[in-house]
Amino acid sequence: MSGDPITKPITKPITKIETHVRFDFTITAGKHLTSYLRGLARKQILGARCDSCAKVYVPSRGSCPTCGVPTSGEVELSDRGTVTTFCIINIPFGRMPFDPPYAAAAILLDGSDIPIFHLVRGIPVDEVRMGMRVKAAWVANDQLAPTLQSIQWFEPTGESDAPFESYADHL
Amino acid sequence: MTADLLSAPYVLEYTYTRSTGPVIGRFLTGLRDGAIVGVRTAGGKVIVPPTEYDPETGAALGEFVDVGDAGVVTSWGWIAEPRRYQPLGRPFAWALIRLDGADTAMLHAVDAGSETAMRTGMRVVVRWAEERKGSIRDIECFEPEGAA
Amino acid sequence: MNPGAKIDVAIVSFGQLPSRRRHIDRQEVELVQPVVTDALRAAGLTKADIGFFVSGSADYLIGRPFSFVTALDGVAPWPPIRESHVEMDGAWALAEAYLRLQHGDIDTALVYCYGKSSLGEIRDLLVAQLDPYYVAPLWPDAVSMAALQARVLLDQGRCSERDMAEVAARNRKRAAGNPNAQVAGDFDVDAILAQPYLVSPLRKHDCPPISDGACAVVLATGDRARDLCERPAWIRGIDHRVEAHSLGVRDLASSASTKRAAKEAGAGAAAIDVAELHAPFSHQEIILRDAIGLGDDVDVNPSGGALAANPVMVAGLTRIGEAARRIHDGTAKRALAHATSGPCLQQNLVCVMEAG
Repeated sequence: MSGDPITKPITKPITKIETHVRFDFTITAGKHLTSYLRGLARKQILGARCDSCAKVYVPSRGSCPTCGVPTSGEVELSDRGTVTTFCIINIPFGRMPFDPPYAAAAILLDGSDIPIFHLVRGIPVDEVRMGMRVKAAWVANDQLAPTLQSIQWFEPTGESDAPFESYADHL
Repeated sequence: MTADLLSAPYVLEYTYTRSTGPVIGRFLTGLRDGAIVGVRTAGGKVIVPPTEYDPETGAALGEFVDVGDAGVVTSWGWIAEPRRYQPLGRPFAWALIRLDGADTAMLHAVDAGSETAMRTGMRVVVRWAEERKGSIRDIECFEPEGAA
Repeated sequence: MNPGAKIDVAIVSFGQLPSRRRHIDRQEVELVQPVVTDALRAAGLTKADIGFFVSGSADYLIGRPFSFVTALDGVAPWPPIRESHVEMDGAWALAEAYLRLQHGDIDTALVYCYGKSSLGEIRDLLVAQLDPYYVAPLWPDAVSMAALQARVLLDQGRCSERDMAEVAARNRKRAAGNPNAQVAGDFDVDAILAQPYLVSPLRKHDCPPISDGACAVVLATGDRARDLCERPAWIRGIDHRVEAHSLGVRDLASSASTKRAAKEAGAGAAAIDVAELHAPFSHQEIILRDAIGLGDDVDVNPSGGALAANPVMVAGLTRIGEAARRIHDGTAKRALAHATSGPCLQQNLVCVMEAG
């Protein structure tokens, strides 16, 4: 009878549900990230300089993160730099670029004040070190595209290691 | 300059598995079994779909009652161009429906056929989905009472 | 948060980006940086002078987690700052800043917010805020939800579709005087009533535009506010209340939470000159006027309101900023601002401001 408390026991109660959601976006890169990504398609690594403190950021988001003023212009950075810190990935996960172990590093490109993050290859992982000099290994010209994947990884240049003082303020 | 800007499609998609707890679970179990269940407050009000706590007093709720599978439309809106994932692919009415025996309204769809068939106060009855698994969509939609 | 708080807080400046259908060339940093700069400059301050920063935004809107952390580059958090964030309209970030200032150890705060509805399908995205068990799996879009509320109002005889169209036309006409509004102009009421429904009883004109935008507000306390601003907009009361989530358990036509928030904020204590109401749908302005008790002598939405520009996560703080502006420029002595969140006016904030 509708309205009376239910006393009949139920079998196999529902205890969970699956909720599927899907949202479609069209994301835009904005002016500064577009400039950076298009630069990569031309084998250029572009950053921007703060008008106030003169620091160079790559990629630039349009504002100096310490001064809060717009960054200006395009500064082309070298595709060589110094490993400031790094890690070695040992544990398998989802979509890995390589089988473990492999190294990823923060690389301070010559001319930049902040590092970018990328992979390091061409050297046994236990020889990767802070201060190591590396250069970008670009994809073949016909594979260049507006993406950081235009650089496959960074590999040692063979130069002697950069002195600690040269990157101590960028850790 | 704007033509220069890069854009890309991006899909955010996931399936969460959510625990229902005993109250929501009881309602969804009812739907799977072809019945609609509400919960009664200390004050005698029957809330459908059931909530774990009384929205007015905050008291925990657990006294389940059967309610009817038909009721009254308390509000509605006709959607001429249904959107992705909505209950029906043809124009239909969203509605708040107070089922017989319930004191609150639940939100669902009414397959009324045309906007002119809809009015506040009309009676509608559940159309059950052919396959039910414990979801609000075990109710495929409602239809005007007396329709074929 | 009732009148009589120990420390007097005022809005001393307000900066905003014009709302646009698409700020296609701006990422979150590029939305935040200019409004923060403008608000600071208008107050004669630098970021070093700010004691507390708090933002309002929604990662779902932008489509990725921790967007609000990326946005911090626009504020330049160095040296390290006291910072907080709410996944809500900036109006609630302001409520947090107001409370933070009651500690008395700092005397300035910066509140900012941003949102890009253009990136996704906002009408469908807002389904993500609904009950995941009982409602979201039906995917009732934001216009459909609002339509259910509008019909209750019509059924109760509280307004007509013509009244709703007149609300829409009036707001967009006022918007012509606001360079930051998006949809402005003279809309003929009969002509817009002749248009088809989107979801009955709502037509396109009853619904807000889709907008990208950002704004920022600087708050200061006591003598600091008097130093920074000729006519600070003193917050005499600020309160927010939330109702039950489900549409079926509340009276959709009367906004009990707005009524309570307005009472607690002291709205009724004296006459209000200007009210900025965050009503994205035309019928909601009618509900809010009734709930707050605004008479015909109140100037409602001189900015054009959310029907003229509706950057989600920003439109509420914009109402507060626009109301404060009228105190700053001397056109109002007492102003009320309202912000809303959740489906069909589920949660509402009221802020009452006065000239000194």
